Amino acid sequence: MIDKRLEPQITEWRAFLRRRQEVHPRDVEELEAHLRDQVRALLDAGLDTEEAFLVAVKRMGNLDAISREFAREHSERLWKQLVVVPGPEAGSDQLARREFFVVLGLAVAAAAAIKLPALFGVPMDPAEELDPFYWRNFSFFVLPLLAGYLAWKRAFHLPPAAWLAVPFVIAAAVVNAYPFAPDADTLWLAVLHLPMALWLVVGIAYAAGRWWTGSSRMDFVRFSGELFIYYALMAAGGAVLIGFTMMMFAAIDVDAAMLAFTWLLPGGAVGAVIIGSWLVESKQNVIENMAPVLTRVFTPLFALLLLAFLGAMAWTGNPIDIERDVLIAFDLLLILVTGLLLYAVSARDPDEPPGVFDRLQVLLVVSALLVDTLALAAIAARITEFGFTPNRVAALGENIILLVNLAWSAWLYARFLRGRGKFAMLERWQMAYLPVYSAWAALVVVVFPPLFGFA
Amino acid sequence: MDVGKDLLAASATPLVLAILAQNDSHGYAIIKRVSELSGGHLQWTDGMLYPVLHRLERQGLVMSRWGTSGTGRRRKYYRVTRDGRAQLAEQQQQWQVVDETLRGIWHSVGVVLDRPVLQST
Repeated sequence: MIDKRLEPQITEWRAFLRRRQEVHPRDVEELEAHLRDQVRALLDAGLDTEEAFLVAVKRMGNLDAISREFAREHSERLWKQLVVVPGPEAGSDQLARREFFVVLGLAVAAAAAIKLPALFGVPMDPAEELDPFYWRNFSFFVLPLLAGYLAWKRAFHLPPAAWLAVPFVIAAAVVNAYPFAPDADTLWLAVLHLPMALWLVVGIAYAAGRWWTGSSRMDFVRFSGELFIYYALMAAGGAVLIGFTMMMFAAIDVDAAMLAFTWLLPGGAVGAVIIGSWLVESKQNVIENMAPVLTRVFTPLFALLLLAFLGAMAWTGNPIDIERDVLIAFDLLLILVTGLLLYAVSARDPDEPPGVFDRLQVLLVVSALLVDTLALAAIAARITEFGFTPNRVAALGENIILLVNLAWSAWLYARFLRGRGKFAMLERWQMAYLPVYSAWAALVVVVFPPLFGFA
Repeated sequence: MDVGKDLLAASATPLVLAILAQNDSHGYAIIKRVSELSGGHLQWTDGMLYPVLHRLERQGLVMSRWGTSGTGRRRKYYRVTRDGRAQLAEQQQQWQVVDETLRGIWHSVGVVLDRPVLQST
């Protein structure tokens, strides 16, 4: 009975209503049923299609006003919600449901993997120091599963995806076969650098064969930043959970340390990587990215800190006090500044003209470069005196890698500010530089131990 | 004569509850019923009924379920709950108080209406 010409008009009306997030799709359906009833009644009363539709829409009322009423009644809808498991009425939830179970399975698998060594005589005991076996291998409990999940999610084809296993196997062979001296510095360096090196493999899985395009690398950078934030949040939640576990069981005189520190903590620590990745993946469109927001907040503050530091140095004339670990401190500073730069780049529209924030960013980078150059100069003068230990060589190498990145970034950024270059060049440079970090980390894992006699 | 906005809003709850107390119904039928009952004088904006229904549902005064209409389309039907009936009884008393008070004052000030009032059905 309803005219063919009517359908496109109703479709358009529905699409218009659907764009309002305070009106749920179910409500749209309800309103549409109403509209159709109204149109039918008007047609029966003798109006033609066009008239009937117009009158029905008019009687429905101003959509802005209706949306406002819906917003008042359902204020929760104005908050973007992360619905991780779609409700039963959602239509195309088959895939999401399957993904949920895959993720749950992988998280449990990761938790099981970290408990596996206990079956083979490498137990965890909260009263004793953790067996070095766990430190050496902690990258392998979860990163292969994470890479697998991402490759599955991105439908990475199997023949190339299978190659991803190769670096994991090589890395596992290297760290376990090297005859490290007990508590060797090179062992701890390898433990620390291994995840950095393998993170590249995770990135390749994430890019699913598109690693060579800058945009997919940038997506991976965004993914990593969000995962870090989610992980920190989940770790805070986990700490509360463990605190309660200890407290409640203490109340009935049961020592829960075994449960908390050999089951909850390690299982949660690896499981949260998988769950966090899944949350980042599924909430892409739901919540604004946090990493760029934090970048915006902290870039001016860190720029101020560095300027104040330089000012105080110039004012008091105090030189940088070179102690044994001072290099590490300046490494951390450069890592932080690089991170701020990277996430500022990740959130910026490359076509926008330079703004105040860009100037702040350059100020931050340049002042960090100045501070680091002063520190490096002071260290260089005395490095022979301290000797070349593995720790110091690693720290120095990282410092130089970051210094090169920042110096060239500052140059590109300055060109962009003066209108001589495009912002996209800075982005390309940052993306092209990513593998350098992993390559250096791999070098520290593979070459350093034999170089320094496994000491 | 059209009834003012505030009065419309205030009368929405008892009207909807009373209509649903007679029969389970859906939004379009409720609007039609209101129009019939008021002889066309109570003109609701159709879309505004739904936020009201959702509020009543949240307050537990009505319940909803999805059903199919005669033409095979999905429709949301509402029915009044026990709390809804209690609320209706209370509203009825309140409105009676208002109504009686107004009648009294109309009478004592001797207001002469130059137009016929709504015909009660």
